[in-house]
Amino acid sequence: MTSELIKQKLNESIQPELIEIVDDSAAHAGHAGARQGGGHYNVTIVAKIFDGKSLIQRHQLIYQALSDLMKSEIHALGINALTPSENK
Amino acid sequence: MDVIERIKDQLGSHPIVLYMKGSPDFPQCGFSAQTVQAIKDCGVQFMYINIFEDLEVREALKEYSNWPTYPQLYVNGELVGGCDIIMDLHSKGELQEILKKAA
Repeated sequence: MTSELIKQKLNESIQPELIEIVDDSAAHAGHAGARQGGGHYNVTIVAKIFDGKSLIQRHQLIYQALSDLMKSEIHALGINALTPSENK
Repeated sequence: MDVIERIKDQLGSHPIVLYMKGSPDFPQCGFSAQTVQAIKDCGVQFMYINIFEDLEVREALKEYSNWPTYPQLYVNGELVGGCDIIMDLHSKGELQEILKKAA
């Protein structure tokens, strides 16, 4: 399962306090990206490492952690990256 | 001109540059379509590059910006974000501020 792989990779590198992954691939079945086999996922992730980082930097950290998967398994990734204090 | 020079040239030629799938009138991906709409809502002129028409740029830009997906919006040569960030900035009213300042 790609969702499990995503979770595993992010747990290793970002060490989040909270992580939720929604597989939204079914909603996109049939369009060009989906036909190539990549899925659509939404990730909500709360981690201390995001403290003091811009949205761009937070997304780049996540993309970096998932770089292998971004090549084929993931076609699109919705990201909601929060610090613990923003999540309250 | 090598591909990195070409990217720098594109980014230098207009203050607002959107790398997208398809064109603003005919976007070929839902995320590109949403991003175009957000920029249009701000009422500014922008330049676009259809990455389906330039596969070399499509691959090289991902490395250049450390950003693996499209669309990518650049303001004054700096990556502002992909679809999520643009929609977030738009909903807070900050996108218009950023774009108006640059345009």
